[in-house]
Amino acid sequence: MKDILQELHDRRENARLGGGQKRIDGQHAKGKLTARERIELLLDEGSFEEYDTFVAHRCTDFGMARNRPYGDGVVTGWGTINGRMVYVFSQDFTVLGGSVSATHAQKICKIMDMAVQNGAPVIGLNDSGGARIQEGVDSLAGYGEVFQRNIEASGVIPQISVIMGPCAGGAVYSPAMTDFIFMVKDSSYMFVTGPDVVKTVTNEQVTAEELGGAVTHTRKSSVADGAFENDVEALAEVRRLVDFLPLNNREKPPVRPFFDDVDRLEASLDTLIPDNPNMPYDMKELITKVADEGDFYEIQEDFAGNIITGFIRLEGQTVGVVANQPMVLAGVLDIDSSRKAARFVRFCDCFEIPLLTLVDVPGFLPGTSQEYNGVIKHGAKLLFAYGEATVPKVTVITRKAYGGAYDVMASKHLRADVNYAWPTAQIAVMGAKGAAEIIHRADLGDPDKIAAHAAEYEDRFANPFIAAERGFIDEVIQPRSTRRRVARAFAMLRNKRRSMPWKKHDNIPL
Amino acid sequence: MFDKILIANRGEIACRVIKTARRMGIQTVAIYSDADRHALHVEMADEALHIGPPPANQSYIVIDKVMEAIRASGAQAVHPGYGFLSENPKFAEALEAAGVAFIGPPKGAIEAMGDKITSKKIAQEAGVSTVPGYMGLIEDAEEAVRISTEIGYPVMIKASAGGGGKGMRIAWSDAEAREGFQSSKNEAASSFGDDRIFIEKFVTQPRHIEIQVLCDTHGNGIYLHERECSIQRRNQKVVEEAPSPFLDPETRRAMGEQAVALAKAVGYASAGTVEFIVDGDKNFYFLEMNTRLQVEHPVTELITGVDLVEQMIRVANGEALTLRQEDLTINGWAIENRLYAEDPYRGFLPSIGRLTRYRPPAEGTLGAGTVRNDTGVYEGGEISMYYDPMIAKLCTWGETRAAAIETMRNALDSFEVEGIGHNLPFVAAVMDHPKFVSGDMTTAFIAEEYPEGFEGVTLAEPELKRIAAAAAAMNRVAEIRRARISGTLNNHERHVGDEWCVSLQGQDFEMGIAADHDGSTIRFADGATHRVEGDWTPGDSLARMTVDGAPLVLKVDKITHGFRIRSRGADLRVHVRTPRQAELARRMPEKQPPDTSKMLLCPMPGLIVKIDVAEGDEVQEGQALCTVEAMKMENILRAERKGTVARINAGAGDSLAVDDVIMEFE
Repeated sequence: MKDILQELHDRRENARLGGGQKRIDGQHAKGKLTARERIELLLDEGSFEEYDTFVAHRCTDFGMARNRPYGDGVVTGWGTINGRMVYVFSQDFTVLGGSVSATHAQKICKIMDMAVQNGAPVIGLNDSGGARIQEGVDSLAGYGEVFQRNIEASGVIPQISVIMGPCAGGAVYSPAMTDFIFMVKDSSYMFVTGPDVVKTVTNEQVTAEELGGAVTHTRKSSVADGAFENDVEALAEVRRLVDFLPLNNREKPPVRPFFDDVDRLEASLDTLIPDNPNMPYDMKELITKVADEGDFYEIQEDFAGNIITGFIRLEGQTVGVVANQPMVLAGVLDIDSSRKAARFVRFCDCFEIPLLTLVDVPGFLPGTSQEYNGVIKHGAKLLFAYGEATVPKVTVITRKAYGGAYDVMASKHLRADVNYAWPTAQIAVMGAKGAAEIIHRADLGDPDKIAAHAAEYEDRFANPFIAAERGFIDEVIQPRSTRRRVARAFAMLRNKRRSMPWKKHDNIPL
Repeated sequence: MFDKILIANRGEIACRVIKTARRMGIQTVAIYSDADRHALHVEMADEALHIGPPPANQSYIVIDKVMEAIRASGAQAVHPGYGFLSENPKFAEALEAAGVAFIGPPKGAIEAMGDKITSKKIAQEAGVSTVPGYMGLIEDAEEAVRISTEIGYPVMIKASAGGGGKGMRIAWSDAEAREGFQSSKNEAASSFGDDRIFIEKFVTQPRHIEIQVLCDTHGNGIYLHERECSIQRRNQKVVEEAPSPFLDPETRRAMGEQAVALAKAVGYASAGTVEFIVDGDKNFYFLEMNTRLQVEHPVTELITGVDLVEQMIRVANGEALTLRQEDLTINGWAIENRLYAEDPYRGFLPSIGRLTRYRPPAEGTLGAGTVRNDTGVYEGGEISMYYDPMIAKLCTWGETRAAAIETMRNALDSFEVEGIGHNLPFVAAVMDHPKFVSGDMTTAFIAEEYPEGFEGVTLAEPELKRIAAAAAAMNRVAEIRRARISGTLNNHERHVGDEWCVSLQGQDFEMGIAADHDGSTIRFADGATHRVEGDWTPGDSLARMTVDGAPLVLKVDKITHGFRIRSRGADLRVHVRTPRQAELARRMPEKQPPDTSKMLLCPMPGLIVKIDVAEGDEVQEGQALCTVEAMKMENILRAERKGTVARINAGAGDSLAVDDVIMEFE
């Protein structure tokens, strides 16, 4: 018996060494941690249960039969984050470059199936050279099986991808279908075709970092939701995100003990809106002053800054925030901001996360580039997402809510539950000057008359009271009491039930 | 007594005057510009009148507008505060004509002392010792150079009507005299509407010590001892104290008596300040007389118990002084730190914007001392580009100088200001500086002790360990809360461990933590233990802890794996990790910040006034590259090294944000 135990021990030791000390040193030299070290940082200490430690590939072509390392380039299993269950796979670049074989894919599929069945998130730590070329179609089939599971798991359990090394070719499409993608700066990249192919086909000279590094994907392509300085920071921040998310779509978002007064008044919010309506202010100040303990987890911080998305807690419960940001492009809605916010709203709706919408929007961005690129359909995504979301929806209009953008931003007409406005709110079809020029076209040549008409329009509509008269605004509130008002609204909505007509699925304008 | 007075000022000084007036049962009237519509002084006053657009030269210093406000309000007297119209004889004249009392000295005294050239002559005649210099008016830069050479460098070039460091330059060479004359003249013209300039010998190794005088209209005059204001940055006072740690009773009396003699010589009647330069041998020279309430007057009030504003009001009402010289003792020690919206990490450049957080320490008793905070701002208020960027004057009093300093350190630790850059870390550093602590300082203190500017504070190991212990205790609270989230796997909850590694300021401290009901005992690797107590909970921005019984107040923000902690002028990123996490974190590469040495970055939000070079130009070290205007001050940005201009990204009239790239070099 003792010998047998010893053999288990030895085999495990062998598996834990992955591709061997030399390759581990190589991984470290690149500033990267090993697959197992990453899992250690992601999960609670000692909570990792590994499965399929001894899985090895079955390929015999190209001399592969002589090299059958344990684990086959991916470490899989489950563990806990602050005591809550998550499933994890972590690709091991030291083993055959983390390449995906049929068996490697099977390991991932196994824990994904468990995750869906048992209702817990899947976190994938990606660090792979791509398909196991020696296996040919078997490898592609493996990818395909993972893709199909990503799709089936979507909206059932949260799926999080962390790109911690290369992720190229078909491999990108698994993360692409997960809920969040995070990248590590300077040591990760993602692209469908690499710099060499790009050069051959289009003659463009581009580095891997420029083509698919963390900066590219967080600022330009919006493929990634966030980027972190290194492996340690990335994994700590993923833990922080998981604390905001429910484990599955049958469960409410988590609640945490909180140390913040629900009735906390913030007198400084009374002066947040500048006297001059054309002056910007930082909407993040409102978000952090409303949130429990000022804690805000921002999603896609570096992309489409004219809209802010992220998670806060109110009374310890997760709330998704969507807010126009007057500091960037006056907070206008455009293609990028609509897409960004729409995806976020749909994520929250999938997982029963209530939505807080903070509105200061001057309308949609005009221009040929917007129209040619389809702002009509992209803008409609956000409209659609808000309208179909059945989670508790609370909206606060701080200043401008103009035109169609007023409707889009979780208005009463899209079945928002509680719509508040600050006294500084202006709810109108458009800005006063523009409105005056259309209504009083005859006076266009006379700037004095137009100014007078504009003043008249402003008197009439540059306030929240017309909308409040109609019940489109439930109450005009003091800015300082926003936290209490919003928290109480969500408290009232805790048992909200609302269903949409039966359908196979909707047809959001993609 | 007056029923109603108008305060022809704004900010903290307007608030300060209102407080005393209210205590005396006098109604107050505030005036405000568009930029001050929501200012604290407007809210505090019984009534408030709007007097124009934000720039002071279209509102606060327009005599006609202020007079109109006085008429409209029916105020019987006007307190001018400091700056603005406080030393403007035309204003005093206009008030006289309108039959309104001026809570300040007679017009003649203002005129006599307001001009630095005449004031010096009068001082000489009154037997006050003065610094050698050229008293006449100077026509052009060449004359300025000739006079400077005659006096001998270094010389100080000053605006005749100036004060507070504006329109003031020190020149060590002909070239600097020429440039200094021109820029002083321009600044004087734009700030005071008076471009007269004078030049005097620049006394090296000087201390700035001033005497507070108080005179009435009945021929009585007293001095309320001295204030030392040697901690200055570019002739702008930053730290003031009373009494001076340098003066002996004889010198104090000699200076006091000369100051009173000068005041009487000009028929002074109000509170005023006679400024002296004092050299290492306690020789003192008259500098100027400020015919108004001084910014730093609170330290005098704290050691004498006299409310100077009340005295000014009574004198203006024709009352005789009831205070006699022999009654005025020095009780304890007082220190004032001026908190400015100036970023010490960026060469003290002005930082304007919204105060997203403003929580001063409570006034009154703090430990063995007391705290007084004179301010004109509030959380959610704005530091505007139009006026002096002062946030507050934080004063502390103690039985001894050491006690006053210790109380100041503690008050600064619990003073929260966010949203703008400010000099709080810098003044905190000064409070711990051995030279300041020993009282060994000159007006060159800041230039000499911080020649490369302020780069933050490095804490000594005992202080680091105290902070590390506190951070470990706070982290434990945060980790336990994380583990108490809903939805955990029953019987498999996370156990928060007892072994931690705290990294700060480049040092790692391994420690064990044993928590009980009242706090935690932290055991360092060397076996030393520290007891940490406190009721910090996650989200508290201020942690009030005790470490081994001694108070420790930390400003705390959350970062990944730990906290940003600010204390005693230090700004630390403190990581609290398990030993294993720390081991793995040590493997992470150190990332170099992007190389900005080949770029000229805009150091503050401001407006480009002009670009002095063109693309392709070769520039020498120190050559002017462009001028950025911020807070009404023109800042010349110079080349740090020799190079060639590769690209210019901005032009005159552009409005830039901090760190915008103005130009790039090859």
